[in-house]
Amino acid sequence: MTADDARRLLRTMWRIRHFEERVGRLKRTDEVFGLIHLSVGQEGVAAATCLQLRDDDAVYSGHRAHGHALAKGALLPRVMAELMGRETGVCRGMGGSMHLVDVEHGFLGATGVVGGNIPMALGSALAARRLGGDTVAVVFFGDGAVQAGHFNETVNLAALWGLPLIMVCENNGFAEFTPRSAHTVVERVSDVVSPYGIVRETVDGNDVLAVWERFGAFLARARAGEGPFLLECLTVRLRGHYEGDPAAYREAIADEEWQKMDPILRLQRHALAQGWVDEDEPAAIEAEAAEEVEAAVAFGRESAFPPPELVAELVYAGSDA
Amino acid sequence: MSHELPYIAAIDEAIRLEMERDETVIYFGQNMATTENAPFRQQFGNDRVRVTPISETAEIGMAVGAALAGYRPVVELYMAEFMLVAMDQVVNEGPRFRAMSGGQVKVPLVLKAGWGFTAGWAGQHTGTLTNMFMGIPGLKVVSPSTAADAKGLMASAIRDDNPVVYFHNYLLTLDHGEVPDGEYLVPLGVADVRREGSDVTIVANAHMLNQSLKAAETLAGEGIQAEVIDPRTYAPLDVDTILESVGKTGRLVLVDSAPRHSAASNVIAGEVVERGFDLLKAPIVQVTALDATVPYSEPLEAYVIPDADRVAAAVRGVLGTAPVGA
Repeated sequence: MTADDARRLLRTMWRIRHFEERVGRLKRTDEVFGLIHLSVGQEGVAAATCLQLRDDDAVYSGHRAHGHALAKGALLPRVMAELMGRETGVCRGMGGSMHLVDVEHGFLGATGVVGGNIPMALGSALAARRLGGDTVAVVFFGDGAVQAGHFNETVNLAALWGLPLIMVCENNGFAEFTPRSAHTVVERVSDVVSPYGIVRETVDGNDVLAVWERFGAFLARARAGEGPFLLECLTVRLRGHYEGDPAAYREAIADEEWQKMDPILRLQRHALAQGWVDEDEPAAIEAEAAEEVEAAVAFGRESAFPPPELVAELVYAGSDA
Repeated sequence: MSHELPYIAAIDEAIRLEMERDETVIYFGQNMATTENAPFRQQFGNDRVRVTPISETAEIGMAVGAALAGYRPVVELYMAEFMLVAMDQVVNEGPRFRAMSGGQVKVPLVLKAGWGFTAGWAGQHTGTLTNMFMGIPGLKVVSPSTAADAKGLMASAIRDDNPVVYFHNYLLTLDHGEVPDGEYLVPLGVADVRREGSDVTIVANAHMLNQSLKAAETLAGEGIQAEVIDPRTYAPLDVDTILESVGKTGRLVLVDSAPRHSAASNVIAGEVVERGFDLLKAPIVQVTALDATVPYSEPLEAYVIPDADRVAAAVRGVLGTAPVGA
């Protein structure tokens, strides 16, 4: 990792953090319309993986997708406008929080059904192999998706065909409202795939340096034609499953504890120690991110709602038959 | 010019021609290497024609992902019921991605699914599932009744930029018919008038179409001229052709091998009543299967599924020439 990489990572993580927190506040006043799942605390995984990818690499995510979309390059004002249901949204207000798609930046999509995205990424990996280049497919999912059939079917086929697929599991210990221990006897997701001989690793997902390095190594091998890979990132979901979830099923992390774990603060401390950034640079990066988010809210508020005609227009694609 | 082919071979001919025409058409499913599909492996290679494990969710999900990446996958599912294993991909992912993305993507893929094997295949291999899929926005649903349509609808389904469920009726598998040579396309969303008549309109598809045509012959002997329409595509549904016929006959009998409360005929009846109530001289009659799981035992299977006699009896009832039958 270079000083420049660290700056990009910090910028991306602060943008996600401020975006998510602002969306949480907008949700409370109903300016953001629908069901919202925030990734506060998990920014490190999105940033350390997506920033190493290119626009022609396909990325899939699930219901907690804002961070992945932003890290992959989706324009922040357009993601905010999407959440506000506006026509200027990245999906013209048709998809919302759980269905972000930004083809231009290779964010092929988020799905709201846990695990549904995993076999789709297999299709992108198969396409990448057929096209013969060095592109890869990456899919993000939580530990809850691992118990679904989608995951096991995909792992089997990806291993059988040796496809350039990198599966990134964000293991935050909770499947919706239920701890992992209530759903399975297998503690580590990387152990679930061990019979398939898949190259796999479990890392501290809040250690941005570790995620950056392990994912980078997998990515280089996938670009060279190897695969599949599984990277399990142990992380923390600071908020409830959805915005409004009182999260009475678990204890909140104490502030001082979180200061030690926070992926952004950890990388900031490391970057300062390494002399990669000046002392006042992190604060400036954060302030810039906060301003960008405020500008996005203003952009969303000024944008029109999509016209009703759009609904019929988008049911079927026109045929070249 | 045309040639004679069994229904099932006409489907294969369309897939083969489309694969020769378009490199992006890929084909996969279970047992592809060891069944009648083996020639596809020989001609197009193991990379383009892939054997998958029994993993319907992965197969169909992979098709969606490959379609997003610019391919036109055809998934061989063998049995329509096997699609039910993968309903998330069939319903939630494939057909919804275009709309949810605000039109950024298209998802061209074909789910080839055999259905209606009412030959003692019992409760899980004989279903008529048309209605289950025709109400899913973004998904197209076709169901050919002849060898020519089997070819023409498959070619159009592969070229269509949307996910298409392609139902082929297992009772028609070996029925021979004339099939046009070379490129042959039947447009999606266009019904076909199979028999002209002035007294009553019968709407039916696949095996039920054959039963209805048989009933129409019997009725002709009684001086009743039935017009028989095959929808061919259930989504989008060609209601106009049916309404036009009802405008001529004033009477409508809908034949469907699905259970009465999940039959496509329910949807057709609703459209005709709403748009063409004034055209009707008599109430619409639906001849459907019973609301029951199709039994294994042969006489009980026949008891549940409609046949030509039941269609003829329904027509006589609509015309007031005899009471409505069983």
